[in-house]
Amino acid sequence: MNVHQSLTTAHPVAPLPSISLASGASDAMIRFEGVSKVYPAYRDKPSVHALQAIDFAIPRGSITGVIGRSGAGKSSLVRLINGLEKPSSGRVVVDGREISGLAGRELRLAQRSIGMIFQHFNLLSSRTAADNIALPLEIAGWSRADIAVRVEELLALVGIADKYDRYPSELSGGQKQRIGIARALATWPNVLLSDEATSALDPQTTRAILDLLANINRELGVTIVLITHEMSVVRQLAKEVAVIDGGHVVERGHVADIFTHPRHSVTQAFLSEAIGDSVPVSLASRISPQPVAGGKAVLRVQVRGTEAGDTVVARLSRELSHDVALLSARIDEIGGQHVGSLILGIPGGEAAAKQALAYLSQHDLLVERLGYVA
Amino acid sequence: MSRELINLIVQATGESLFMVSVAALVATVLGLPLGIFLATSRKGELFAAPPANGILGVIVNAARSTPFIILVVAIIPFTRLIAGTSIGSGAAIVPLTIAATPFIARLVEAAIREVDAGLIETASSFGASPLQIVFKVLIPEALPGLVLALTLAVVSLLGYSAMVGAVGGGGLGDLGIRYGYQRFMPEMMLAVVVVLIALVQTVQTAGDYLARRVNRRLRNR
Repeated sequence: MNVHQSLTTAHPVAPLPSISLASGASDAMIRFEGVSKVYPAYRDKPSVHALQAIDFAIPRGSITGVIGRSGAGKSSLVRLINGLEKPSSGRVVVDGREISGLAGRELRLAQRSIGMIFQHFNLLSSRTAADNIALPLEIAGWSRADIAVRVEELLALVGIADKYDRYPSELSGGQKQRIGIARALATWPNVLLSDEATSALDPQTTRAILDLLANINRELGVTIVLITHEMSVVRQLAKEVAVIDGGHVVERGHVADIFTHPRHSVTQAFLSEAIGDSVPVSLASRISPQPVAGGKAVLRVQVRGTEAGDTVVARLSRELSHDVALLSARIDEIGGQHVGSLILGIPGGEAAAKQALAYLSQHDLLVERLGYVA
Repeated sequence: MSRELINLIVQATGESLFMVSVAALVATVLGLPLGIFLATSRKGELFAAPPANGILGVIVNAARSTPFIILVVAIIPFTRLIAGTSIGSGAAIVPLTIAATPFIARLVEAAIREVDAGLIETASSFGASPLQIVFKVLIPEALPGLVLALTLAVVSLLGYSAMVGAVGGGGLGDLGIRYGYQRFMPEMMLAVVVVLIALVQTVQTAGDYLARRVNRRLRNR
């Protein structure tokens, strides 16, 4: 992939004059100010409060993940950013312009500086890869010659230069999404919205697409907003995250902070899913609530943050003068922080179990007793 | 079959082709935009105008449900106004066009509605105007369906054209009725039917071929 090549090519058309509304010294690319979105009652369906009291900012140049269950309101949220939907109240400001206040031609001009990619790629089946990428440029009124130059750059940027004359039906999912990304970047946007862009792709292709997005963010400085229901996507790519549930932003901040110290139950659920800290089925079936003679007490230790679990087993063994058994463990890295859980078997009866609980609690590790095994 | 009768068939085929092609052309010019409007003017759609959509829908349905032979007779004054006469192949084009336009409109509407709504949203997301969406997204994406719709309309028009003999419209159907049925010439009837079958077959084959050529959803290269 050659990102530099496209960066050094002369800008074929002058950028749109930015209609700066004196947004102060804010470094926010996108700001939601008291935004709510209500879909009015229609026929027998009651009205739906898709979003309520949304108030947050997305920093310029960042990669921000917006994670939530389906129906949480994330699709509405992303469509407010590029003006596909209007808020019922409040303002949405993008790059200093109140996009929620624009309409008609003004809105269409503003939309050219906000690219979007989709879960199902949404390519025109009647156009080749190159012509799909050309579409937003045709719509923006570029000349044929300028379009040809720009399309070639974009094909190289997303690494599918050899597929320029292929129709979408002849391409794989990953290749289609690369075209989608090239198309979204065609008109030099400063914001790229990703609506579940990797949800239809296999893990390996997902990884490649996320790497491409990271590159684009780094090389072009494009602010990226990722809408997803997959923790792994946020974990791999985002630096900032907003957790959305029931139309509210329930938690937001740096990815590492949010996922090492989740406060909201939805965040905790996403985290459990991602790091798989549930007890393995085979182990769970052997755990009994009553002490087993000569058996071990089972403790689950939550690892959150840099205080990693890497030495805890050895330290605990020394402390107790018993060999602590490691029954199950899963430790991951999220934003440079260790996150995961260990399931330990403590021999030596009730006294040793109590001692272990006390020791772990002292060291700020979240620990719970699951039961006993033989 | 005598040379004279063969000449009659050739002449009638010419009349049929003339009526059908002109009517198909005019009905497409009228029906295409009408169909696109019907497909994009419901609540929340590109050219949202629910009242206009409703009214046009009723008119289209009314025209579609009127039996063609009644339509031909009922609009004779209008035909005379447009064509200057109500007799002959030229005049017959008027009722044929009026019957085919709402038919084509409904077929076009169905073809356009087949286009994934996500594509409209995508084009909107990069600032396409409604007209740009029609010409750059809806029509190209619906093209295979549109070609098949027009093929179907032409075949139907061939059938309708057999009925305009009732008002002196001429054509193959008229020839079949007058010579084949009223003069008891079964060989004439057979000849007319064979020619009509050949015409329908040709039109359908050509339409299918064209639709396949413009369809990029299939791996057909």
